[in-house]
Amino acid sequence: MEAFFQGIADLIAQYEQQNILNLIYLVVLMIFVGIELISHVPSVLHTPLMSGANAIHGVVLIGAIIVMGNASPDDTLSLVFGTLAVFVGTLNVIGGFVVTDRMLEMFKKKPKGEKAS
Amino acid sequence: MMPYMEIGYLVGSVSFVVGLKMMGQPDSARKGNLVAAFGMAMAVIAALFFNSKGFHVINNLTYIVAAIVAGTVVGTLMAKRVQMTAMPEMVSLFNGMGGLSAALISIIEWRHLLHEATAPEAMTNAPAVSLGMYIPVIAGLIIGTISFVGSIVAWGKLNGKIGDFRFPSQQIINAVVLVAILGVAYLNYGEFNATQSSLYFFVTIGLAVVYGLLFVFPIGGADMPVVISLLNSFTGVAAACGGFLYENKVMLMGGVLVGSAGTILTVVMCKAMNRSLMNVLIGMAGGNGGGSSTSSSGGSVREVQATDVAIMMKYASKVIIVPGYGLAVAQAQHVCHELENLLEAEGVEVKYAIHPVAGRMPGHMNVLLAESNVEYDKLIEMEHINPEFATTDVVLVVGANDVVNPAAKTDPTSPIYGMPILDVDQAKQIIVLKRSMKAGYAGIENELFFHPKCGMLFGDAKASLQKLVNEVKAL
Repeated sequence: MEAFFQGIADLIAQYEQQNILNLIYLVVLMIFVGIELISHVPSVLHTPLMSGANAIHGVVLIGAIIVMGNASPDDTLSLVFGTLAVFVGTLNVIGGFVVTDRMLEMFKKKPKGEKAS
Repeated sequence: MMPYMEIGYLVGSVSFVVGLKMMGQPDSARKGNLVAAFGMAMAVIAALFFNSKGFHVINNLTYIVAAIVAGTVVGTLMAKRVQMTAMPEMVSLFNGMGGLSAALISIIEWRHLLHEATAPEAMTNAPAVSLGMYIPVIAGLIIGTISFVGSIVAWGKLNGKIGDFRFPSQQIINAVVLVAILGVAYLNYGEFNATQSSLYFFVTIGLAVVYGLLFVFPIGGADMPVVISLLNSFTGVAAACGGFLYENKVMLMGGVLVGSAGTILTVVMCKAMNRSLMNVLIGMAGGNGGGSSTSSSGGSVREVQATDVAIMMKYASKVIIVPGYGLAVAQAQHVCHELENLLEAEGVEVKYAIHPVAGRMPGHMNVLLAESNVEYDKLIEMEHINPEFATTDVVLVVGANDVVNPAAKTDPTSPIYGMPILDVDQAKQIIVLKRSMKAGYAGIENELFFHPKCGMLFGDAKASLQKLVNEVKAL
């Protein structure tokens, strides 16, 4: 237990030093932005929207790239896992955007009418 | 010197928000997707070629680029080749890939943490690892793994490769597993050293895998969209953990944005089914809620022939088609449109009744029917079409089941009780196209099929519709 509280104290100290608090503000704001963006969407667009959001969380790819950048060339395990992480992250990004585009392609010819919903 | 990396990340972050906003409006949706994709490309370029000090090509570039190229080729092929009907599975699969990526990152970072913790200078009685590093790593590992495993199970379920699987007191076991994961993660933090931690580490992964399986297994197929949406937001949170770990704002913003938007989307979907999220998650819809008693409805099923149905429809003045998952599975959207055109040519008014959760995802039917060029204003949402059934001659239910089940209104013991349904029983005639008398995804019987006004045309939706098209032509 002591170790845990010590950890919390260290964490707070660290936040003050490293400005992680800014990140927390960012998290809170983004939560509201996310809620605001989705709240008034017609149900027709729910599937493409889910798919689009799916592609956006592919941003985890950036993390995979950073991990690879930090891996030393003789650390085989990290390189293998890192390369795999980049590969599946790219699948998520590319697959996500292409699938979303194909779904939304279907909506292009529609004139009005959609606004009624 | 310009802060190119920061600019790249900023462009990425802003375009995610703008792109998602544009995706929420039908007119700009497609552009919005491209905007988000452009932002992603900028962020990736920033990560590859710049650091906080300026131009700097990242280490191991060869491996990274090779993996990106391979991922791009495979991802594009998969996404291009998939049938429109299998979109939900595909989304789930890609979601799982994101979760796997997050989990792999955490595994590598874990080894770094362990390495630092076991360095000689770290041998004090203070915690060997900072909580600020530990939480994002362990959370990314747990959430990423759950998301990966859960998405793969959801993918398998939608494919029909994995069935529903339940056992008694599953909710309690799920809760126990979740508590165990947190407990192990906590213990691990207390004793972060080479021998203990490796064990704890594998136990954590193992428990997360088990939780991912248990989490999705009991949930009925009809609730899969909700689960995929929820897992989608999980992956978002996992990506955000990476953002904390590297203090990387684009990961943080993108991840949290998806985490929160995905959660709201999940809630909105639950509302469309008039169920609470909790209710969905503990697998109430699976038919373990006493749905079996409804089979005592007594009546018999009336089977009809395609010829009769064709005559009925041709001389009707108004026909409403209710599409469901059966239409999607059978790829029957084109022939459905053909039938619609034929009837229209005969002067019959044809409309489509779209239930919010028809198919496997909200909007699934709209996408499918739009693919076969059904006019948009023929697709009528539930609230607007329900009053019209009373003036309708023939309702053609194509592979839909639970969304037209009157038990949702009449039987308080039914697992789908309270879900708004399409009031097809108001129409003069009901024709149900169905492969067999098997229960729908909610696993319960449908009394509608025993209704005196209801006729059943058994067979694959596409084949049956094709027969109807031929019969209408021949008349």
